[in-house]
Amino acid sequence: MTNNNSAAIEVVDLVTHYGPREILHGINLTINEGEIMIIMGGSGSGKSTLLRYLLGLGVPTSGSINLLGKDITKISNTEMHQLRQNMGVAFQGGALLSSMSIGENVQLPLREHTRLDEKTMEIMARMKLEVVNLGGFEKLMPAELSGGMIKRAAVARAIVMDPKLMFFDEPSAGLDPVVSAELDELILNLRDAMKMTIVVVTHELESAFKIADRITVLDQGNILMTDTVENIKNSDNERIQSLLNRRPSNEEVKADEYLNRLTGM
Amino acid sequence: MPETATHPLTNSLELLGRSTVKLIEEAGYYSALLAESLFWILVGPFIKRPVRIPSIFSQMMTMGIAACPIVFVLSFSIGVMLAIQMIYNLKTFGAESQVVVGVALSVTREFGPLITGILIAGRTGSSLAAKIGTMQVNQEIDALRVMGINPVRYLVAPSLFAMMIMLPVLTFFSDMAALLGGAVYTSIEIGLSFDAYADRTLSALAVVDVMQGIFKSLIFALIITLVGVSNGFSVTGGAEGVGKATTRSVVLSISYIVIADMIFTYFLNL
Ligand SMILES: Nc1ncnc2c1ncn2[C@@H]1O[C@H](COP(=O)(O)OP(=O)(O)OP(=O)(O)O)[C@@H](O)[C@H]1O
Ligand SMILES: [Mg+2]
Repeated sequence: MTNNNSAAIEVVDLVTHYGPREILHGINLTINEGEIMIIMGGSGSGKSTLLRYLLGLGVPTSGSINLLGKDITKISNTEMHQLRQNMGVAFQGGALLSSMSIGENVQLPLREHTRLDEKTMEIMARMKLEVVNLGGFEKLMPAELSGGMIKRAAVARAIVMDPKLMFFDEPSAGLDPVVSAELDELILNLRDAMKMTIVVVTHELESAFKIADRITVLDQGNILMTDTVENIKNSDNERIQSLLNRRPSNEEVKADEYLNRLTGM
Repeated sequence: MPETATHPLTNSLELLGRSTVKLIEEAGYYSALLAESLFWILVGPFIKRPVRIPSIFSQMMTMGIAACPIVFVLSFSIGVMLAIQMIYNLKTFGAESQVVVGVALSVTREFGPLITGILIAGRTGSSLAAKIGTMQVNQEIDALRVMGINPVRYLVAPSLFAMMIMLPVLTFFSDMAALLGGAVYTSIEIGLSFDAYADRTLSALAVVDVMQGIFKSLIFALIITLVGVSNGFSVTGGAEGVGKATTRSVVLSISYIVIADMIFTYFLNL
């Protein structure tokens, strides 16, 4: 982990509402350049909500969100449009446009932000699809792909502009362990080879511990703790422990202990 | 949420108030959508973010050309129906031949635009709501936004553009089909030749009569598109939400079309 301590993302006192309900109650979070930050938390804790605001998809009630030195709650539309070239997002269900082929989906950001010719865009899209092991699939439609392939295609689309910031929403949800491990590998590669700053929302503990530089734990719209994997694991905060112990499988668990857990809790 | 027991009248007043507020909110939303779409259509090309031309053409095909057969069948039937009614009514005065004038005027001013509007609201308005609603549910709209692709420019502006062209064209086509229906029935029933029917129709109609219908169809095009897409964008809650939005958009746009038609008919005939 390269920790040169310059912030790629800085959230200060972020408060958000859905209608009259306050969801995030003053979030403070700094994510350094080139690190993988995992956002964890129970269901309804506000992970997806936090992600929405990081992506500039909602207007917060108060607070500021700095991405690459720009406060996205204050900048103009034009500046935001430019900033978006440096942001890639892999949505939970992939969110590929169903009306176009995989290749065309991957080309979309190029079409919007560059004046490249058709041939170049095709080649770039094919290269990114190869990065995610989908070389040769560009002619297929999203409906013809499996869930895991769609997620990888979505990653290809997200990285086609070589963004500095990359966001993943539940990358391993609904995937089998092998595919999900491949995706973890891909995320690590994006950090190491392409020097991206990566934010991952997940509740798969195993994958989180494997790829995280740091983890931030959300609970009912507040941040409980932001720290390294070790410190999170060793934290004596009760809520964090109860979150961690919901882990369904663990190679260290012995059979009798597992039985105890099943019956005892 | 506090549960308070209230007088039924207060309740219904409150309901009325709420629905009014909601309607006004929606009207505001429609105007904002319209303004933004017009911005992208007119200004987009100059800031290097144009509306997609291929999308406009493909939508003109699906919402316009593909609708021709059904528009023809319905309009032709309406023409026949009007002729039947008018001949029956005019017979009492021995003025059957006046049927030509009656059919010509009611078709071009009223039934052509109305039947086409209602048909396209059911056909295209609903599919717009379903398409955008599904995209909303699948986070495709969010994905467009994070890629810096404005959803109004990408999805709404082409549909609006296509609809504003195709609905008037379809309306004119519907006028023709209904007049043909009237002519066919009239020639059978009172033995008026096609040539004579066409002559009388042309002398009975002024350009303003046709234009009045075409003008209405432009308004209907706005209603269908804006109601359809805004219901699509406001979908929450999965596939069920998409179904609800689709139904709602059809009911609303048909109601707005009929009400708008009444208002325009009143003012255009003052
Ligand atoms: N569209 C919405 N409208 C109103 N309230 C919402 C909406 N989306 C989420 N919420 C509320 O915001 C809170 C946080 O939800 P959020 O989706 O951010 O949780 P989450 O941590 O992503 O949960 P999960 O792990 O289940 O996805 C919840 O209490 C939820 O009820
Ligand atoms: Mg969530």
